[in-house]
Amino acid sequence: MYCRNVDIAIIGGGPAGLAAALAAREAGVQDVLILERDTKLGGILNQCIHNGFGLHTFKEELTGPEYAARFADRVIAEGIEYKLGTMVVDLSKDKTITAMNREDGMFTIKAKAVILAMGCRERPRGALGIPGFRPAGIFSAGTAQRFVNIEGIMPGKEVVILGSGDIGLIMARRMTLEGAKVKVVAELMPYSGGLKRNIVQCLNDYGIPLKLSHTVVDIKGKERVEGVTIAQVDAKNKPIPGTEEFYACDTLLLSCGLIPENELTTGAGIEMNPVTSGAVVDNSLETSIPGIYACGNVLHVHDLVDYVSEEAGNAGRNAAKFVLDAGREEAGSDPIIMKTGKGVRYTVPSKICREKVEKDVLVRFRVDNVYKDVKLGIFFDGELVRSVKKRTVAPGEMEELRIRKEELDKFPDVREITVGFAED
Amino acid sequence: MEKKELTCINCPMGCQLTVTIDGKYITVTGNTCPRGEDYAKKEVTDPRRIVTSSVPVRGSETKRISVKTKTDIPKGKIFDVMEVIKKTTVNAPIEIGDVVCENVADTGVQLVATQRAK
Amino acid sequence: MYDVCIIGAGVTGSSIARELSKYDLKTIVVERGLDVCEGTSKANSGIVHAGFDAEPGTLKAKLNREGNERMEQLSKDLDFSFKRNGSMVICCEESGMDTLKKLMSNGEKNGVKNMKIISGDEARAKEPNLSKNVIAALDVPMGGIVCPFELTIALAENACVNGVEFAFDNEVKDIKRSTGCYKVITSKREIEAKIVINAAGVYADRIHSMVSTVPMKITARRGQYCLYDKQTGKMVSRTIFQLPSKLGKGVLFTPTVHGNLLVGPTAEDIDDKEGTNTTAEGMNYARMKASESVENMPAGRMMITSFSGLRAHEEGDDFIIREAEDAENFIDAAGIESPGLSCAPVIGEYVANIVIPKLNPKKKEDFIAKREGIRHINSLPVEERERLIKENSAYSVIVCRCEMITEGEILDAIHRPLGARTLDGIKRRTRAGMGRCQAGFCTPRTMELISAELGISMEEILKSGRDSHVL
Repeated sequence: MYCRNVDIAIIGGGPAGLAAALAAREAGVQDVLILERDTKLGGILNQCIHNGFGLHTFKEELTGPEYAARFADRVIAEGIEYKLGTMVVDLSKDKTITAMNREDGMFTIKAKAVILAMGCRERPRGALGIPGFRPAGIFSAGTAQRFVNIEGIMPGKEVVILGSGDIGLIMARRMTLEGAKVKVVAELMPYSGGLKRNIVQCLNDYGIPLKLSHTVVDIKGKERVEGVTIAQVDAKNKPIPGTEEFYACDTLLLSCGLIPENELTTGAGIEMNPVTSGAVVDNSLETSIPGIYACGNVLHVHDLVDYVSEEAGNAGRNAAKFVLDAGREEAGSDPIIMKTGKGVRYTVPSKICREKVEKDVLVRFRVDNVYKDVKLGIFFDGELVRSVKKRTVAPGEMEELRIRKEELDKFPDVREITVGFAED
Repeated sequence: MEKKELTCINCPMGCQLTVTIDGKYITVTGNTCPRGEDYAKKEVTDPRRIVTSSVPVRGSETKRISVKTKTDIPKGKIFDVMEVIKKTTVNAPIEIGDVVCENVADTGVQLVATQRAK
Repeated sequence: MYDVCIIGAGVTGSSIARELSKYDLKTIVVERGLDVCEGTSKANSGIVHAGFDAEPGTLKAKLNREGNERMEQLSKDLDFSFKRNGSMVICCEESGMDTLKKLMSNGEKNGVKNMKIISGDEARAKEPNLSKNVIAALDVPMGGIVCPFELTIALAENACVNGVEFAFDNEVKDIKRSTGCYKVITSKREIEAKIVINAAGVYADRIHSMVSTVPMKITARRGQYCLYDKQTGKMVSRTIFQLPSKLGKGVLFTPTVHGNLLVGPTAEDIDDKEGTNTTAEGMNYARMKASESVENMPAGRMMITSFSGLRAHEEGDDFIIREAEDAENFIDAAGIESPGLSCAPVIGEYVANIVIPKLNPKKKEDFIAKREGIRHINSLPVEERERLIKENSAYSVIVCRCEMITEGEILDAIHRPLGARTLDGIKRRTRAGMGRCQAGFCTPRTMELISAELGISMEEILKSGRDSHVL
């Protein structure tokens, strides 16, 4: 089994991995290697053929493949090495990666720094506890997207979609355009998990009803889906008897959330955040193992790829710094712990190391419900430092706040920073 | 005077817009950028959308590539455009931005490739 | 003319087929599904019971103990996953102690070795996640877990290699007596056989009544299960049983042989022999009951799938393995509910002991007793993996990310004897699609492989049944 050394190994050649690689190269590290399991760079963007990507990054509206190509082309032009069809099977604490592919067989890579950019996967039916039979015709929205966009095969003709995540909404439109009848989109929560624009241009444009606070309570059909029953749910998400409605259909698509794909991360013993299902990282996106960084959907699920690229760029730069400052002093003081206050589910990062604060610290987070006219506050050891007014916030849309460097400098003894709603 | 509530689809902010139509005069409130105003005015007079899909490729290992209308097309023509796309096959090699179809479904808009096939 | 026609390619039919394949006999297995292991055998607890539950003196008791003892050797011969993880019956109330002692004495009568009643604290020392309410437990080191798919497939594959014919997609419509033989009429053909063996699971009563007037009633007793992510698979190392009730062994909490956590089953007698659907009530009940066995029951979102299976319950509460009184050469292997899976290593022999004296065949000298299973790359030592990859680069391409299943394994599953023809066939042979994303990522690629290797279009690919088109 051959073994090689690299400065930075990046696991995943999707939007996060590509942006991280480019940033690491820009920051001065030559020896960067991307390991990608698919046969093409770009990751899941290659099947996201709809438009709406890149408004922040490129100030124009691109499709997924175009957005991916912008990064992939630069990676290739920069001569950054990548291996396709390559599956990483193990990552160890000492940053040794075991991988395999058709050309090299099994091999190991000893990296000075590793960037985790493996992305996420869709939540399966099982996690939703939907009763009924287990026939053919039940797909996650992403699998259906692959069939339609990459293989050119329609998974069904009459469709019910459970979950109003963005992929579900996008697929409602896509299946409709390809001639399927999308009968209804049912969403368990009283609000949609997707972007508002997608509700307008994917559902409203085509007259597809969105039923909030509804879920699937039965699947009919032993061999192939013959129909599903949906029912309204109460405040505890329990179906309300008497509200059942049967929809004849041959296909049920599930778009009920994404889960970061962290087998390698947990295998390496990296500390995890149970809320995000991603690693615990500091403000440099470094995990609990020095020199291992995480970014993109493997860290926490994003709704915009532009933010993935931005975050991954930071991870790439910080990994480069780690490599170039080999033997740097370990962080001297205890990190500042990030806490979630009222209305906030999680924050990334989970802690701030003062030694790594170069400029403002960007904190991304999600709220736990839909709220209107709120003030999002930053609290230093319980004291409100600053707040920002928001007209609406929703769990489906990631929020961000910047903790200013001068604020951190002004309070050198702060131990905990909380992000949460501030009272008036 | 007519009032319409819209959700802006220009960017992920999804601003809630109120459009007031008073004869020829259209006023927009609720937008946070000028593009919101443009969108709302267009949406009540001539709603338009970009259409994306994929088409089979001949002569390449890549089975299909994705395509889009280069700019938005009238909303009412979406299914006409899809009809054309469904009948379209492209030949490799093809580059991102290559024109797959001029004036798709008489919209005056080009259909262009958004993926490459070697 | 066949010597023997076995109806049903579940674990019982496959065990019988494998045993008969040791003899010079022309044997055929007819199965209504498109693959082996399509009925009760595919949806159960996967437990190799020690044998303390069955009433002493019953066939269940006898075959269970013998089957348990021989499972280990069989797992080595036929290369399927089996682990003697031990089991424990927990008791949470003083009033249950008599039942616990009764189980122990039952077990002793049935010949189960090394059982012991231990205190709640001793039980928690062995299984730290056990409920604080446990006051005593029956510790049973002989209990085990097995992969029911692998076991059934291994038996059938080995039978096939040794000359047994399998006719899938053949539903038995009628059986007629003819001179010196039976005519088995299926949805596709007519099969003449000197001896017919009824191993039709929940339909055994229907098959039985085609030739016999002696009443038999098999009730479908549904059991619903919830399967959890491998992250929870180490909560217990043993199979934790609650005290049994009238309807069965109660809800268990067990690791599976592949490292998931399984809870269930419910026990509901239903009229519909096709009623393998789960219900909200059933799943809730299984989870609620299971949560009584442990502290910190995993959250619902850790579930990766739920399923239900139908036990073939017979009124007399024992296996019926004998020649029908009024139909010579028609042998029932009916009412094989739990511990049927545990009996797989010996049930074939038991049936063969009825069949062989009737036909007096020679024992084959060239019987192939061993089978090599599909090589699961990810569980092999590094050197072995490297060697396989060098031989065949398909072993370096991961198709199922969750279970780390390679293209090489999928190709093997398709091309080996009685190879997979459906998506579920691939899944049960390789575990591709059984992980936490439940086939989200691997389905398209697996289908491409099936399509290419079998020369069928993507649209023709089935999930499992003949009308279960995936696309």
